[in-house]
Amino acid sequence: MLLNYLFPHFMHEDTGGKWLISLLIAITLLVVMFNFFIPESSALHIPTYMVTLLGKYLCLALLAIALDLVWGYCGILSLGHGAFFALGGYAMGMYLMRQIGDRGVYGNAELPDFMVFLNWHELPWYWQGFEYFSFTALMIILVPGLLAYVFGWMTFRSRVTGVYLSIMTQALTYALLLAFFRNEMGLGGNNGLTDFKDILGFSLQADGTRIILFTLSALALISGYIASRFIVQSKLGKTVVAIRDAELRTRFIGYKVEDYKLWIFVFSAMLAGIAGALYVPQVGIINPGEFSPLNSIELAIWVAIGGRGTLFGAVIGALLVNYAKTYFTGALPEFWLFALGTLFIVSTLYLPQGIVGLFSQFTNKQQKQSAKHGALQEETT
Amino acid sequence: MSALSQVRYKVRDALRRDRTFNHTIIESDAYLQGTHSVHPNELDVSHGPVLYLEDISVSFDGFQALNNLSLYIDDGELRCIIGPNGAGKTTMMDVITGKTHPDSGQVFFGQTMDLSQMAEHDIATAGIGRKFQKPTIFPEHSVWENLELAMKTDKGVWHSLFTVLSAEQKDRIEEVIEIIGLQALYFSKADLLSHGQKQWLEIGMLLMQDPRVLLVDEPVAGMTHQEMDRTAELLTSLAGKHSVVVVEHDMDFVRSIANQVTVLHEGSVLAEGTMEEVQNNQKVIEVYLGE
Ligand SMILES: Nc1ncnc2c1ncn2[C@@H]1O[C@H](COP(=O)(O)OP(=O)(O)OP(=O)(O)O)[C@@H](O)[C@H]1O
Ligand SMILES: [Mg+2]
Repeated sequence: MLLNYLFPHFMHEDTGGKWLISLLIAITLLVVMFNFFIPESSALHIPTYMVTLLGKYLCLALLAIALDLVWGYCGILSLGHGAFFALGGYAMGMYLMRQIGDRGVYGNAELPDFMVFLNWHELPWYWQGFEYFSFTALMIILVPGLLAYVFGWMTFRSRVTGVYLSIMTQALTYALLLAFFRNEMGLGGNNGLTDFKDILGFSLQADGTRIILFTLSALALISGYIASRFIVQSKLGKTVVAIRDAELRTRFIGYKVEDYKLWIFVFSAMLAGIAGALYVPQVGIINPGEFSPLNSIELAIWVAIGGRGTLFGAVIGALLVNYAKTYFTGALPEFWLFALGTLFIVSTLYLPQGIVGLFSQFTNKQQKQSAKHGALQEETT
Repeated sequence: MSALSQVRYKVRDALRRDRTFNHTIIESDAYLQGTHSVHPNELDVSHGPVLYLEDISVSFDGFQALNNLSLYIDDGELRCIIGPNGAGKTTMMDVITGKTHPDSGQVFFGQTMDLSQMAEHDIATAGIGRKFQKPTIFPEHSVWENLELAMKTDKGVWHSLFTVLSAEQKDRIEEVIEIIGLQALYFSKADLLSHGQKQWLEIGMLLMQDPRVLLVDEPVAGMTHQEMDRTAELLTSLAGKHSVVVVEHDMDFVRSIANQVTVLHEGSVLAEGTMEEVQNNQKVIEVYLGE
C-alpha cells in the first residue's frame, strides 16, 4: 500500500491506525483552513468555539488511548484514570494562574486571587516553579507518572488484580477529589483554577491561540497514538498482552510481571496527564470535578464502546460518545445519562468488541493475508 | 539503540551493590587453580543432584498437601513421578518454582541456590522451566510469538521495548517449531490449536527457555497415541543435557520413558526405583497400581 511509505514500519499492519491518522491530519488542516481563511460571513466558516470543542474531543481521545493501553492490552481496568488527567490539568492550570500576574481582581502580582481571598501571604512551596513553562511541562508528565508509580508499585507488588484493583483506583480518584475540594490544599478548592488570561504570553481568548491549541491537541493525539502503537507492537507490548491472558505463564517463563504492569501503567498515566494539560487551556477551567469517579467510569465506557485493545477503537469511542454527549446535553439534557447507559448495555451485549468489532471480519481477512505474506517473507529471507 | 543499552548496562554494572572490584577478589589457591570457584548465582551441581527437596511440608488450611517430602533429582536424569490424584505432585512443582512457599524444609537448586528465597521469575531465569498441568499458552498470540516470548534472553522491560529478533533467534524459533511439529501453524493464533497441539506448544516454550531442569506436569493428557510416542521420544532425547521431571498418570507412557520412578502418596515418597521395582512394591500395589 502506498500509504505505508508515509508511516513507520511498526504501523504497516495497522490499517485502522493509518486511516485514523490520515483522517486526523486531513480534518485538522481543513478545520484550520475553514476557520482561518474563510470569512466569517460565509456559511463554510468554522467558528472558533467549534475549533475549541474539537480540540477538547481530541484531548479526551488521547485520554482514551491511555486507558486502552492498560485496560485493553494489560487487562488492568483502571477506574481512576481521570485522576491522572486531572493532575496534568492542574499542573497546567497552575502555570496559567501564574501567567495572570497582577491582572487578577485583587491585582496581586504574586498570589492568585483565591489565595488573596483566603488571606494567604505567600505562595505555598508547591507553587514554586510553575511560573516557568518548561518546569510546568515537566510536572505535567512527572506528577501523574509519580502517582501512578507509587500506586502501581504498591498494588502490583502485592498482586492485587481484577475487581479489587478497579475498586482501589476508584478510591484513589475519590480521595483526590475530596482532597482537592479543600481550600487548605491551596489549589482553589471548590472553584478550582480559572480566569486564565495567557499561555506563553499569548492571549487564550485570541483565535490564533485557540487554533494553535487545537492543532497541538491533534499533534499530541497523533504522536500519542504512534508511540502507543510502537509500544504494543514491541516485545514489551506482546508481553503485556501475555500478562493479560496468562499471568502465571508469563511469570514462569521469567518475566517480572510487576515491572511490566508498572511500566505500562506509568506511561499511560503520563499520557493522560498530557491530555489533561492540553484540555485545560481550551476549556478555561480545572476544578475538583475532574477527579469525580464518574468521569473515570465514563472514560471506560468510551473505550468499551469503541473497542478495547485496538487503540483506534478507543479514539473512535471517545470522539463518538463525546459528540453524542455534546448533542444530548444541549438538546435533551435529562436524557444523556440514560442514553449513555443504553449505549453501554447495547454495546456490551451486541458488540463485545465495540464498534471496531464490526469491522473485524474485514480486518481479519486482511490479517490472514498479511500473515501469509509474512510467512512467505520469512521463508525467503 | 544498542549503543544506548550498552551504556545503560555499563552504568548498571558499575552501580551494582554486589559489584566486585579487582582488589576485593581473594586470590586463594583454589581460585588460582580454578578448581572450585562458585558464584552464589551460578548453578553448582558438583555433588550430583541438581534439585534438592528436603523435608518439605506444605499445608492448605490444615490439609497436609506435602508431608516431609524429600526428593533428589540428579543432573541430566529423566525422572517420572507418579501417584494418585491429590498426592501432591503439582504442589511439589509449585514449591520448586516458587509459586508456593513451603511451611518447612529446604529446596535447593544445585548446591547454592535457595529456591524458597527466590521469586518465580528469578527461578525461571536461573534455569527451571515448567509446563502446567492444564496447558497454558498465550491464546491471543501466534505460535511464533508464543515461542518468541519464551525465548531465553534479557527479559527486562526496557530491553523488551527496543529489542528486535536477530537472525540467530529466528533460527532458534524455527528449530523449535520443527521439533514440536507446528510448522504449518507458524502464524495461527495459539487459541485455535487443538488440545494436543497446545501441549506441544507449551513444551516448545519450555525448550525456548533452554532450562537446566524441565518440570513437565502431565504432558500427554489429551494426546493421541502417535503424539504420545513423539512426546516420549522428545523427552528422552532431552534428558542428559537437561534434567527432566515428568508427572504423568498414563502408565504406558511412564513405562516407555522412565528408568527412575518416584511414587508419591499423601504428600511424601512412598517408593522409588525402576518401573519394575516400583510395580512389584507391595505398598505401591496397595495404594495405587492395584486399584
Ligand atoms: N491452593 C490450594 N489450596 C487448597 N488446597 C490445595 C491447593 N493446592 C492443592 N491443594 C490440595 O492439595 C492436594 C494435593 O494437590 P496436587 O494438585 O498437588 O495433587 P496432584 O498430585 O497434582 O493431583 P492430580 O494428579 O490430580 O493432578 C489436593 O488435595 C488439593 O486439593
Ligand atoms: Mg496435579
